Amino acid sequence: MTEIKYSASRFIASKLKSICPRTVIEYFALIGFIIILSIILMAIFAPLIAPYNPIKKVGELLESPNSKFILGTDGLGRDILSRIIFGARTAICVTLLAVSISLSCGVLLGLVSGYVGGKTDNIFSLVMDAVYSFPGLILAIVLAAMLGPGIVNTAIAIAVIYTPTYFRIVRGLVLSLKESLFVEAARAIGAKDRTIVFKYIFPNVLSSIPIVLSLNAADAVLTLAALSFLGLGLPAPTPDWGFDLKAGHAYLASKIWWPSTFPGLMIVLLTLGFSLFGEGLNEIMNPELRK
Amino acid sequence: MQNLLIIENLEVHYYTRAGTIKAVDRVSLSIKKGETLGLIGESGSGKSTLGLSILKLVPLPGRIVGGKLLFNGKDLVKLDNKHMRKFRGRRISMVFQDPMTSLNPLMRIGEHLIETIKTHKKVTQKEAEERMALLLNEVGIPFERSKDYPHQFSGGMRQRVGIALAIALNPDLLIADEFTSSLDVIVQFQILNLMKKLKTSYQMGMILISHDISLVAEIADKIALMYAGQIVEFAQAKVFFEKHLHPYSEGLLNSVPNIQLSDQKLSYIPGMPPDLTHPPRGCRFHPRCPYATDICREKEPPLIEVETEHMVKCFRYELRK
Repeated sequence: MTEIKYSASRFIASKLKSICPRTVIEYFALIGFIIILSIILMAIFAPLIAPYNPIKKVGELLESPNSKFILGTDGLGRDILSRIIFGARTAICVTLLAVSISLSCGVLLGLVSGYVGGKTDNIFSLVMDAVYSFPGLILAIVLAAMLGPGIVNTAIAIAVIYTPTYFRIVRGLVLSLKESLFVEAARAIGAKDRTIVFKYIFPNVLSSIPIVLSLNAADAVLTLAALSFLGLGLPAPTPDWGFDLKAGHAYLASKIWWPSTFPGLMIVLLTLGFSLFGEGLNEIMNPELRK
Repeated sequence: MQNLLIIENLEVHYYTRAGTIKAVDRVSLSIKKGETLGLIGESGSGKSTLGLSILKLVPLPGRIVGGKLLFNGKDLVKLDNKHMRKFRGRRISMVFQDPMTSLNPLMRIGEHLIETIKTHKKVTQKEAEERMALLLNEVGIPFERSKDYPHQFSGGMRQRVGIALAIALNPDLLIADEFTSSLDVIVQFQILNLMKKLKTSYQMGMILISHDISLVAEIADKIALMYAGQIVEFAQAKVFFEKHLHPYSEGLLNSVPNIQLSDQKLSYIPGMPPDLTHPPRGCRFHPRCPYATDICREKEPPLIEVETEHMVKCFRYELRK
């Protein structure tokens, strides 16, 4: 009986230990994760947390932070705190949508292109390299302008510029994996191409994706903010950090700092969260990088 | 006994920028049911290519350009990939050289086996699992380990998994390409014994590709010796080791170290195997052959049947016949 207790406590201890970070960089990952998680929770429970309606005039114009409006009000008399909280919805929604579109397209095309090879591969690679060669933001601006405002459209505009990243990584890995002995062995067993791609190659590609995903998400947050800042994001009254930053920016000259500072800080915070998480993951999953 | 596989004038070429490499050049062989053929030769002699070409898995830029592969009377060369897939694993299977890399690192070995069984047979999950348990038992892996990943196994154990995969569907022919080369001697011995046991209990024909002559001597019924893409001697194993005829066989068997000889100097065959983009004229072995004459430099020797089931590709035995 004591033995069982002992082993149980040891089991719990080892589990706890495996969650606890061991190096500074692993703290980064944890901090990043906490930041992302809290912003996501904020987005989900926005109506419960926000003190006011984010798109209604609730106070005087440009009230400085006070006990009624903790972060002040903006140029249209709306509560900045509430707008920030609802803005998290926009940011998280667009970022996740953009990242999942680019992830699924990039990975699928990379798998097909790398495995099939030949002309198909040439064509896909050429297209992807062409997209990759554009400066990301400029391409996103063009696409966003063409597609028009809206959550899905903005997400697509952002997704297009990140697809080649996944494509390149996956294609490269597939090229080397398809020559590996275990794939040849699978062929010798008589496995179908589809089985080989999805059961033998895909799982071996998967491990390198989460890091890129997190770093791309950080980038996507910034791109979204830039698009909104330029007025190419979501239609006007929707709470959106980039748009609010732009709107508040006009008052900076008259020393009214609060309408632009807080949305700006949120953009920085979410980007930081994704970057820290990505870098931390990279460190954890790549033992070779550790000292 | 019935012939299981007849290879007729098989030609496999690699088309590279440096030129066409005739890796397998008009090779003819036959294997009977339940018989083991040892295919020996140096690195680059085309023995692995021959093994892969039976499964039609020659890597690009290689292609089968001529000849026939009659498996139970059916010509595999003519089959397209879709039909060929039904033979791979099911009727003809393969054990690979390197057990470290021939298993999917992210698949549990039990899954690996079930996957293989289900690829070819419409069976329920339960039936496949039962078959898996049986196979693991057959190759000497405890059933508890079916949930382990390949990296948790030692080299010898992994090769056992490789063998279990190869015999999973009772194939008629098993091609084993250097299947013990990456294992240490004691494990080699165990794996070899396992193979011997399976060979008799499963009644499989086997092609054992190796450069390790002593290993082949242990298990093979017949021996085919390859040099520069061609079969130079083919005989019963006993005949091959006692009465080999080809100068290359002689050189090769003399270069097997023997600790009992007082003269401890290791003999070897001088020269290098030829460049197969430009093979030498006449007999391909003549630049290294101690008995080479003018005719060897000019004409390619025919494959001469010296006795029944003993063939040699050398002019020295033309007259004797």
